[in-house]
Amino acid sequence: MQDIAYAVVVAPFKDMAGSPAFLVEVLIGGVFAGLMYSLVALGFVLIFKASGVFNFAQGVMVLFAALTLVGLLERGAPVVVALALTTGVMVALAFAIERVVLRPLVNQEHIILFMATIGVNFFLEGFGEMLWGANVKKLDIGIPDRSFIVRGVQINELELTAAVTAAVLVTLLALFFQKTRIGRALRAVADDHEAALSIGIPLKTIWVVVWSVAGIVAIVAGIMWGAKSGVQFSLSLIALKALPVLILGGFESVPGAILGGLIIGVGEKLGEVYWGPLVGGAIENWFAYVLALAFLLVRPQGLFGEKIIERV
Amino acid sequence: MSEPSASEPLLEVDAVSVRFGALIAVNQVSLRVARGEIVAIIGPNGAGKTTLLNAISGFYHPDEGRIAFDGKDRTRLQPPDVAALGIARTFQNVALFRGMSVLDNIMTGRLLKMHGSFLLEALYWGPAKRQELEHREFAERIIDFLEIQAIRKTPAGRLPYGLQKRVELARALAAEPKLLLLDEPMAGMNVEEKEDMCRFVLDTNREFGTTIALIEHDMGVVMDISDRVVVLDYGRKIADGRPEEVRRDRAVLDAYLGVA
Repeated sequence: MQDIAYAVVVAPFKDMAGSPAFLVEVLIGGVFAGLMYSLVALGFVLIFKASGVFNFAQGVMVLFAALTLVGLLERGAPVVVALALTTGVMVALAFAIERVVLRPLVNQEHIILFMATIGVNFFLEGFGEMLWGANVKKLDIGIPDRSFIVRGVQINELELTAAVTAAVLVTLLALFFQKTRIGRALRAVADDHEAALSIGIPLKTIWVVVWSVAGIVAIVAGIMWGAKSGVQFSLSLIALKALPVLILGGFESVPGAILGGLIIGVGEKLGEVYWGPLVGGAIENWFAYVLALAFLLVRPQGLFGEKIIERV
Repeated sequence: MSEPSASEPLLEVDAVSVRFGALIAVNQVSLRVARGEIVAIIGPNGAGKTTLLNAISGFYHPDEGRIAFDGKDRTRLQPPDVAALGIARTFQNVALFRGMSVLDNIMTGRLLKMHGSFLLEALYWGPAKRQELEHREFAERIIDFLEIQAIRKTPAGRLPYGLQKRVELARALAAEPKLLLLDEPMAGMNVEEKEDMCRFVLDTNREFGTTIALIEHDMGVVMDISDRVVVLDYGRKIADGRPEEVRRDRAVLDAYLGVA
């Protein structure tokens, strides 16, 4: 009994203290994974904020963006051209979704819109496979994947680039939402459709804007994941990891998505490395969900979510 | 384009019908609202008042008839385009942006008046900053006018009902509308709140010259503040005239007292 307590409560921390450089490496790995989750979660949050739709297809959008980018690169397009074209494709996708899915379903129940995004999910998965094939592909847009050592800590350039990109993207989005009139209009639409219409905000434009932004976020996430572990269909499953991130951070909060992602990323890496051997590993696979469950019990609105108090 | 003459009505509703399946919610209703007028639309529950208002603001489209604003036909426009013409409205069940502060709610009313680059706005720099400040100043004027200084930072969803209605009016006024449509602005208010709201409606009309069409159930209020009263019953217009005329009208009395 005492042995178990020692192994769970004391030994891992002794290990951490014993080799701080290794601990920092684990933390950096966690931050990297966390930022990737955050990027995917961010796409969810944007669409949820502006249209109240839980977009099941967000993970596939990441996959689709990565596939398109790789496909274009393989056909010999220069990186800049391929990026521009992929952005164009994601914006076109936003227009198409607004026209074909959202507009005909306006004012329907949330669950119906949710079902529609499941449809979009399967369509995009099939469409992507049809266009670009189902093989695992390597995505290389020239971000160096070398490592260098600072004070005994190994740092990977790809991870560093990803972290900086994610930080810049998040800052831009936060400014966009808080300061611009489109941002204010987005928040207005999120709160009340009718009222937004009555003060002259065109819903269609707003939807196209958010889905486009979510598409662009998907490109960034796709590039980072793709460069790390190749572009393959399991990429769409990271959407499932974004779900606990959303529960942690709150469905409507951009900072929540970031922080939630970081907590889960760092938490699961620490758990895996220091506590994993105790239970035979694979903590990484369930840590996020257990944490999310615990959060649902204690703080169901998430870290930054708005507590809904209904007047009775 | 010549300035429309003052005698021409601001809003012309001409033989408008709105149907929901077999139900005719608004049946061949015509009315005119002159510039600078306060017109009350009254009638028993289910008379089609709100439907008519929704048709004017573009939320419904009439199945028959036409609606002209400022001399131009606008029967088929969508709500955002109607707003762009200078028609603002409030809703029967307050429709505020509940998560935003009162000030932000009012600022959304200025959205149609804002222009310029997103990038500059995001950086809050140069012309964008000037513009934001200008609009902010106007919002503050509205806040003073409606006496809601104390709650400008409060999230709208936390306010008591009476104040929410006032904030909704503020947001509508922020758009500097030519025509203001109010759907039961005093419903659910106590006597004191009603008196305040009456004063605000009259002051809006006088100070900004805003033309106002409102739906109201409180007869005392209607008789006090409106220049003209239009009465609907079962989707039809049954009376239209000065308050004291309408009050004596046989058909109106029948409609309200339930005489067949």
